[in-house]
Amino acid sequence: MLPRFALRSMFHGAGGGNDIQWCFSQVKGAVDDDVAEADIISTVEFNHSGELLATGDKGGRVVIFQQEQENKIQSHSRGEYNVYSTFQSHEPEFDYLKSLEIEEKINKIRWLPQKNAAQFLLSTNDKTIKLWKISERDKRPEGYNLKEEDGRYRDPTTVTTLRVPVFRPMDLMVEASPRRIFANAHTYHINSISINSDYETYLSADDLRINLWHLEITDRSFNIVDIKPANMEELTEVITAAEFHPNSCNTFVYSSSKGTIRLCDMRASALCDRHSKLFEEPEDPSNRSFFSEIISSISDVKFSHSGRYMMTRDYLSVKIWDLNMENRPVETYQVHEYLRSKLCSLYENDCIFDKFECCWNGSDSVVMTGSYNNFFRMFDRNTKRDITLEASRENNKPRTVLKPRKVCASGKRKKDEISVDSLDFNKKILHTAWHPKENIIAVATTNNLYIFQDKVN
Amino acid sequence: MSAEAPEAASAEEQKEMEDKVTSPEKAEEAKLKARYPHLGQKSGGSDFLKKRLQKGQKYFDSGDYNMAKAKMKNKQLPAAAPDKTEVTGDHIPTPQDLPQRKPSLVASKLAG
Repeated sequence: MLPRFALRSMFHGAGGGNDIQWCFSQVKGAVDDDVAEADIISTVEFNHSGELLATGDKGGRVVIFQQEQENKIQSHSRGEYNVYSTFQSHEPEFDYLKSLEIEEKINKIRWLPQKNAAQFLLSTNDKTIKLWKISERDKRPEGYNLKEEDGRYRDPTTVTTLRVPVFRPMDLMVEASPRRIFANAHTYHINSISINSDYETYLSADDLRINLWHLEITDRSFNIVDIKPANMEELTEVITAAEFHPNSCNTFVYSSSKGTIRLCDMRASALCDRHSKLFEEPEDPSNRSFFSEIISSISDVKFSHSGRYMMTRDYLSVKIWDLNMENRPVETYQVHEYLRSKLCSLYENDCIFDKFECCWNGSDSVVMTGSYNNFFRMFDRNTKRDITLEASRENNKPRTVLKPRKVCASGKRKKDEISVDSLDFNKKILHTAWHPKENIIAVATTNNLYIFQDKVN
Repeated sequence: MSAEAPEAASAEEQKEMEDKVTSPEKAEEAKLKARYPHLGQKSGGSDFLKKRLQKGQKYFDSGDYNMAKAKMKNKQLPAAAPDKTEVTGDHIPTPQDLPQRKPSLVASKLAG
């Protein structure tokens, strides 16, 4: 029997050696407490090089930040992220047949790897996926014969000599244009998109079905998973997330509201309703309660960069699974176990249904996820140490190391600890992202985006 | 009456008490059942799933609204029930129920 890697120790204060010291770098967004619904951040994603950072919000808008090139002389910090491009990706739509409004909220953004000068990303709302091209223009043609510089047409009779227009430098302009619109393939709400390692196809998953698309073809998609029961009264489980394997173009996984993950191989059959592997941790039936199924629902699944492991996030924990072992996770990390004795109120205020995401660092050695009170947690898989940090404007000074936070579950609260009852459950960190190569993280609170970096000496 | 019966009863009670002590989750469940006795007739699963699949703002349909008004005559139309209850087929949104449509085309504050 393999030993279980249960995590118990808490990390107090900044350590030496390999421990990362996180510092505040930047915060984006409005300061005021009155949050407009449209400004609620709904997704955060670095591109493959980490140079670009995209956010999507409830208002259907995408904002892309670009890391400025490092100043080699003054390298006391890595480059800052500044606004590169912003555009309206999705608009609210109306389904006339069902009298239902389709939200413009961006559920996910996924970047394509860069193939030429332009950048491409997929963004999706509940029903429609769009491929956006983001390109730079830093030159413009000047010296037309028939047009003035301001665009007015010249009278042809006044033209006495001909000249050849030339390209002259201009202020950088970043343009975003929709190149493909993938619509009308989902009856239910899209929760995931994932680009295949073949860089030609991608999958989109809704509550009951998963479709496979080709990036060039918008009028057709293949259904590869369908868990809709013939009789909807028999519905017991929905798909909560799906992702392609980072290296094997035939493999993908999808997670369910019952806490299971299924791995499918597209070579086995056209319709992958029968899984190749089923990952499920056995549950002690005597521990079962009304809340068991709800808190076991997986809100996010992410493969490690290596492709050997996958991570799942359920309401109270993060689990690491070895793809070679289906019967239980190899590592389990408690995110906020103290909430187990608050499940009744969390059910009443709907917080129990919050969907937290999780992410890996570039070397797959540390995983991160969010919590309440604008806290977020990191778990080092090697040292088995974890840390709780807070995204707050009070820690605003760049290069000041963030102070670790601790929640006091019960009993005597020590100085600097926060009691469970004073946690703000409206301040939730659902979306976090880790730079693919550096120790730079992006953490989204309700309407602000924080960027933290490790201390560079 | 056998002398064993009261002993058996107290053993059961003790187990229940132990359960509540060792499992905070079961204690929370008891709290919830006390507040909402009708909850959990079906398992925690399908109610939530149905609600999740139905997510989406119901819109005002003047045809349905006027038909329903005519049918009900002087009676009140079934008003939108708050939050958790399912949207049933009988429910006709009234103009008062609807949230204001959000404006778009305003730049994100992250870009400001």
